[in-house]
Amino acid sequence: MSERQIQLEVLRYNPETDSEPRLQTYSVPCLNEWVVLDALNYVKDNLDTTLSYRWSCHMAVCGSCGMMINGEPKLACKAFIREYADQIRVEPLANFPIERDLVTAVEDFIAKLASVKPYLIPKEDKPIEAGEFKQTPTELKKYKQYTLCINCMLCYAACPQYGLVPEFLGPAAIALAHRYNQDSRDGGRDQRQEVIASHEGVWECSFVGACSEVCPKHVDPAGALQQVKIASTIDWYKEHLMPWVKK
Amino acid sequence: MAKSNKPIVWGLFAAGGTITAFLLPVVVLLTLFAALGMTPDLFTYEYLHAFAANWLGKLVIFGVIFLSLWHAAHRLRITMHDFGLRQDLWIATTVYVLAALGTIMTFFYLLRI
Repeated sequence: MSERQIQLEVLRYNPETDSEPRLQTYSVPCLNEWVVLDALNYVKDNLDTTLSYRWSCHMAVCGSCGMMINGEPKLACKAFIREYADQIRVEPLANFPIERDLVTAVEDFIAKLASVKPYLIPKEDKPIEAGEFKQTPTELKKYKQYTLCINCMLCYAACPQYGLVPEFLGPAAIALAHRYNQDSRDGGRDQRQEVIASHEGVWECSFVGACSEVCPKHVDPAGALQQVKIASTIDWYKEHLMPWVKK
Repeated sequence: MAKSNKPIVWGLFAAGGTITAFLLPVVVLLTLFAALGMTPDLFTYEYLHAFAANWLGKLVIFGVIFLSLWHAAHRLRITMHDFGLRQDLWIATTVYVLAALGTIMTFFYLLRI
């Protein structure tokens, strides 16, 4: 196993003692198959116990270790050292306030996520005896891709529009709303449309597409947003030109 | 939160985008052919004038020009935004007024044929 000495530049910020963030460099002996998260763990275990960052699964499932690696939003557990030069810069996710070091404040995203009701709202109440809500493979295929979102917020860090307009609902929340809207068992679209068809909803999106480029689970939020725009436009024309048509 | 009225312009943008995506390559190709002196008989002045004189032809020409104009207007608005010009209200008003003017002019010029 080959080993390489990496200069890991890490953004440090402690709101209790620092007036502004600074970069601190650690020299880390990395194995070739390591990911950036392994290097951070090495720093934490051997060089500096005060370094703060989020992580959990180490296998691109939990979505905790999103950070800017050489300026690009990445999961630290999916960013292989061998794909980088000897100097790697690690910073907290862009567009979010820093809580400490690489840890960002995610309250804004969580509130936006909750506002689109990302859960099944059944069309009708059905007693358990009536059996399960059945679905064909074709119906499943319509939304399955959007269920793969792990809420890692890389798309928010990549989205220039979210950086400019903090009120923007953003890619992941709208893509997830779309996932439930597309579900044949769901009847909550009208409730979600009130939020996602608003000006701060899908209409803030200028279709840059960076969200889909950085998504580690290939959810394609940009595609979901385009579909939401088409559906919301049809809604608008129906509501204004054919008000007598019942939804 | 109130629902946005942006679907009015976005709907025209999307429809115009679909039309121009299909027609623009054809226009480029035909222009190229014309430049090389290969003009099919079907594209002589008399034929095209007859096409534009028919009400169905007028409708088609109007649809293509009207939607392309609104597509271009919205595209310019977004491009300005991407270039960092943030006076959206002014930019939006300017491009949409131009598109509306173009639409009205198209309407009247077609009526005169």
